[in-house]
Amino acid sequence: MNSAVLVFPGINRERDMARALRLISGREPAMVWHADTALPAGTDLVVIPGGFSYGDYLRCGAIAARAPIMEAVRAFAHEGGLVLAVCNGFQIACEAGLLPGVLMRNAQLRFICRDVYLRVERSDTPFTRGYNAGQVIRVPVAHGEGNYIADGETVARLEGEGRVVFRYASPDGMIDPDWNHNGAMNAIAGIINARGNVLGMMPHPENHVEAVMGRTDGRGLFAGLVDHFAQAA
Amino acid sequence: MKARVTVTLKSGILDPQGKAIEGALRSLGMNGIASVRQGKVFEIEIEGTDRAGVETLLKTAAERLLANTVIENYRVEIVG
Repeated sequence: MNSAVLVFPGINRERDMARALRLISGREPAMVWHADTALPAGTDLVVIPGGFSYGDYLRCGAIAARAPIMEAVRAFAHEGGLVLAVCNGFQIACEAGLLPGVLMRNAQLRFICRDVYLRVERSDTPFTRGYNAGQVIRVPVAHGEGNYIADGETVARLEGEGRVVFRYASPDGMIDPDWNHNGAMNAIAGIINARGNVLGMMPHPENHVEAVMGRTDGRGLFAGLVDHFAQAA
Repeated sequence: MKARVTVTLKSGILDPQGKAIEGALRSLGMNGIASVRQGKVFEIEIEGTDRAGVETLLKTAAERLLANTVIENYRVEIVG
């Protein structure tokens, strides 16, 4: 699996992401600068990492979403290429129109940095094939604007088409407002596009991939992607 | 030419920041404040004298960057 990690000014999670990709895929990811206009030839997976691109000025992800490299990412996604967008990456993907909806200020107005529990809603996507549907994983979040909203019609379509792939849940997998730390609609933590090749999620699976981090729950996402490309080859 | 683009949240979109400001105003004893919605104002200077052209330019700027039209409305005014 050849990965390309996008780098925008103000992004600070790109090295965590690169480390996880290197560890699990066994290949060095390409770091791609925002002002570039093309992705490296042979890219299998584009990753838009977390951080604070442009200091969250204007709206989170708004300025990065208009960067030159995003035209290439849009074309890549249009051709069916896989795009993983995490945290600020999810915000960028929404602002770029790759995914519907918006990440608003957390309902409690606080920046939240801690582990959360996610219920994996389906295992039949390239991003979640390393998990079982209904499985609960524990991964960190670190965001002030993770409160997913979209208009009623969009949310109904996401739910109807099974495009909500991760939801904030209790440790035993119950959907409960007390465990929906940012107030997201329907406890939405991660969604895919209609074609199923772009995933946006607020939590950081890349931060739980090694025993030294305390947990390895995030590993399944990357291992599943590697598996997806190995099967396709 | 000077212009102003005002971006506000659409009605029905929850505005937790506006709610917090509303609460702070009430706690200052300012009674009678029914609700507060927070928005953004962009003051923009533009070269040229063609008002229609400037309005078109600013609408494009608002649509493409200044506002996220999923959740926000915008208004363009030429102020001088």
